[in-house]
Amino acid sequence: MAPPTLPAPLRGVSKQLNRAITQALGLTEAVTLRRTDPTSVDAPLTAGPVLVIGSGPDADAVAHQLHDWHLDVRRNLQAPTQQRWGAVVVALTDLEAPGEEAERVLALGGVLRELARSARVVTLSRAVADGDAPAVAAARGGVSGLVRSLGKELRQGATANGIELADGVGVTDAAAIGTLRFLLSARSAFVDGQLLPVTGRGITPEDWTRPLAGTVVVVTGAARGIGAETVRVLARDGAHVLGVDVPAAGEALAAVMNEVGGVALQLDITAPDAGERLLERVARGPFNGRLDVLVHNAGILRDKLLANMKPEHWESVVAVNLAAQVAITTTLAEAYPGLVQVSLASTSGIAGNRGQTNYGFSKAGVIGATQAWAPVLAAGGGRANAVAPGFIETEMTASIPTMQREISRRVSSLGQGGKPVDVAEAVAFLASPQAGGINGAVLRVCGQNLVGR
Amino acid sequence: MTSTTESASSTPTSPETARPSGTAVVVGGNRTPFAKAGGHFAGASNLDMLTTTIDGLVARLGLAGERIGEVRAGAVLNHSKDFNLAREAVLGTALAPETPAVTLQRACATSIEAAWDLANKITLGQISSGIAGGADSTSDAPIVVSDRLRRTLIKLNRAKTVPDRLRLVGQLRPADLAPVAPNVNEPRTGLSMGEHQALTNLRWKVTREAQDAVALASHTQLAAAWDEGLFDDLVTPYRGLTRDAALRPDTTIEALAKLRTVFGNDHADATMTAGNSTPLSDGAAAVLLASPEWAAAHGLPALARVVDAEAAAVDFTRGTEGLLMGGAYAVPRLLARQGLTLDDIDLVEIHEAFAGVVEATLAAWADETFAADEVGAPALGTLDRSKLNVAGSSLAAGHPFAATGARIVATLATLLHRRKAALVAEGGSAEVPVRGVISVCAAGGQAVAMLLEA
Repeated sequence: MAPPTLPAPLRGVSKQLNRAITQALGLTEAVTLRRTDPTSVDAPLTAGPVLVIGSGPDADAVAHQLHDWHLDVRRNLQAPTQQRWGAVVVALTDLEAPGEEAERVLALGGVLRELARSARVVTLSRAVADGDAPAVAAARGGVSGLVRSLGKELRQGATANGIELADGVGVTDAAAIGTLRFLLSARSAFVDGQLLPVTGRGITPEDWTRPLAGTVVVVTGAARGIGAETVRVLARDGAHVLGVDVPAAGEALAAVMNEVGGVALQLDITAPDAGERLLERVARGPFNGRLDVLVHNAGILRDKLLANMKPEHWESVVAVNLAAQVAITTTLAEAYPGLVQVSLASTSGIAGNRGQTNYGFSKAGVIGATQAWAPVLAAGGGRANAVAPGFIETEMTASIPTMQREISRRVSSLGQGGKPVDVAEAVAFLASPQAGGINGAVLRVCGQNLVGR
Repeated sequence: MTSTTESASSTPTSPETARPSGTAVVVGGNRTPFAKAGGHFAGASNLDMLTTTIDGLVARLGLAGERIGEVRAGAVLNHSKDFNLAREAVLGTALAPETPAVTLQRACATSIEAAWDLANKITLGQISSGIAGGADSTSDAPIVVSDRLRRTLIKLNRAKTVPDRLRLVGQLRPADLAPVAPNVNEPRTGLSMGEHQALTNLRWKVTREAQDAVALASHTQLAAAWDEGLFDDLVTPYRGLTRDAALRPDTTIEALAKLRTVFGNDHADATMTAGNSTPLSDGAAAVLLASPEWAAAHGLPALARVVDAEAAAVDFTRGTEGLLMGGAYAVPRLLARQGLTLDDIDLVEIHEAFAGVVEATLAAWADETFAADEVGAPALGTLDRSKLNVAGSSLAAGHPFAATGARIVATLATLLHRRKAALVAEGGSAEVPVRGVISVCAAGGQAVAMLLEA
């Protein structure tokens, strides 16, 4: 008798469960992802030589730029001796009809067995634009499906991501090249299967390894977990950080802020005067009135099935995770029209999660607010983006029952949970000047979790 | 972080520039919540608490890596292991390790004394910044062993051979092993502070009702200050404690009236209870003082100026004055020197080791005969109680001895700064000073008073 056929998504789950059991028996380990070494940021930038596939002027320009970063750039498919590819960049910006991609994609396929651990595949393509001829739109649109599917095939910590350039944005504009750099580097360890839309030009930082040098960044929820790690990465990238958390978390907050030479502000972000108090604090030393970036990280969970939801469970989550953010940005953007905002959304806000109607509402609301702030802040020279973490190993997720936790880890293309630093890296990237061409986007940091886009 | 001033850690060898500005200001403060003895901080040493408190101040003001002109701090219940307490604390903080430190003690006035010293040095231009602090743990109090055990242990340490050691151990008797209970009684009278205050209460006819009213006000006003968020900028939680543990926001005058008396029970009509006496507590506090130029260069606020301070000591050993009555002398002398009266003072902070201290001090301040015969300064008259301890006081907050002065200096400076800002916002003149006076009584018949002005 033939084995019963499971629907496709469940086959994935079943396979992942098998792997979970294998893991529980100690037979295999999920591959350790390549992450940024704080003592040697972006050096080396990639895990090995970089192959640029494509032959047009855009491919040439990209290869040139990578060469300027002292990368070992190759243009022919011959694998380097005794080395594996650290990254493969596929230039697809010139596609005008389906079929034109085939040669390059198949060439990519030919080198996939020669990828290093934590290698990167990055496509550069044009976003589908209003008025594109159907053939053009078909070719452009197809790239996203290619990237997302490839991400699920790659192994050994390798990821596949794409950059979708708007018409008018060149491949060597700071925003394009800056996004490419982020996706090639160890900073994007847990970003997989994502296509980042680049619609503006951005600014080249003076020092790519410290792109936030001299900037002032406010981070809420800075005392622990993803917030504390975000503070550390922002400081590593040169930012001067004002960390905010509720007064009850003051002890941990002080420790984190002293570690990075920042400033601790004990503040309940739901207080009616929270925005004013933030303004008052950045007005003084050591910030002296400078504010560049606002990171809305603070968030709470009050998980309940909706049938059991008490008003305070709903109201507190929405107040902290959403309403306070809107109020604070409103106040700060008035004083700093060029504010750059990065908000923490969640895959729960994209795909939904049982027992999280309140949390899902708040996090989907963050995405809505991000898209609404984007043009408002852009008018003043700023921007608004969101980061949506998937399963991240934190104190919070450590409390999930073992089997459920193992499943949550395994249902990503990378077969593991992310670390707080992975989210922090994405936040720092979106905060930095080279991300200036990204506005209103949601960058998932989920290891290509099964659910959603 | 780097800074443009001489205090940047990147230039540790550059001297503090002499800057005889003539002014020292309070810039900011931090303290732990105060715990009950044997409570949340039972496992914390004075060094732990002082280090964490200074670190909280550093984080609040963004001073990591800064070289501060001097840290002056101390404890009252000192362990011999806490040699060089203040300097050891500095080395454990995020401050530049080139920050010098002094350990000092003036009983419960330790950290206000430290603040006074620093204000003087800043005023003279010898330093341009300083942190005053204090920590005390009644939970981690030093245990004293019997003299016989102590002498034997010292000999044991020197003994070279096993038989010698066995012989020494054999000399010990079970009674030698009992620790000697820590004693905070006044060495010269053998009386506890509470018993001393009971005598003072009799002399000044301080009633139970008056003391309970002081205690109630302390709790309700401290609770209100917490609710208003005053302490968001003055306290950093520690070891899971986020508010002062002694605080009873819901206490009532009826509840206080039901408590049995604990001091003065051998006198008729004892009045002192656990409710109107400060609890034994654990905690630490620190306050940053600086020259106005240093504060401006760091973009930090000058909350209030340290105008003047005065110490007093009374002869309590022969019974001519109450142990905790130093404030009845120090404050009138201080105000007389400054040519001020109580009407010129907007806020008054009287640390009350016991509620009776407040009542007896206020009665003495108003007493013309006492002023003329004992103090030698004009009587201050009757205090408008709405100026007194407006954000709570030691009865409700707790009283880790050495921490109390820094707690009050930072809190009062913040209150004066806010009051001044509110007055200016309402159209008042920025030239009109808002003043506050502090009185901290201390063991040994001492007290320190300080005048602040925003």
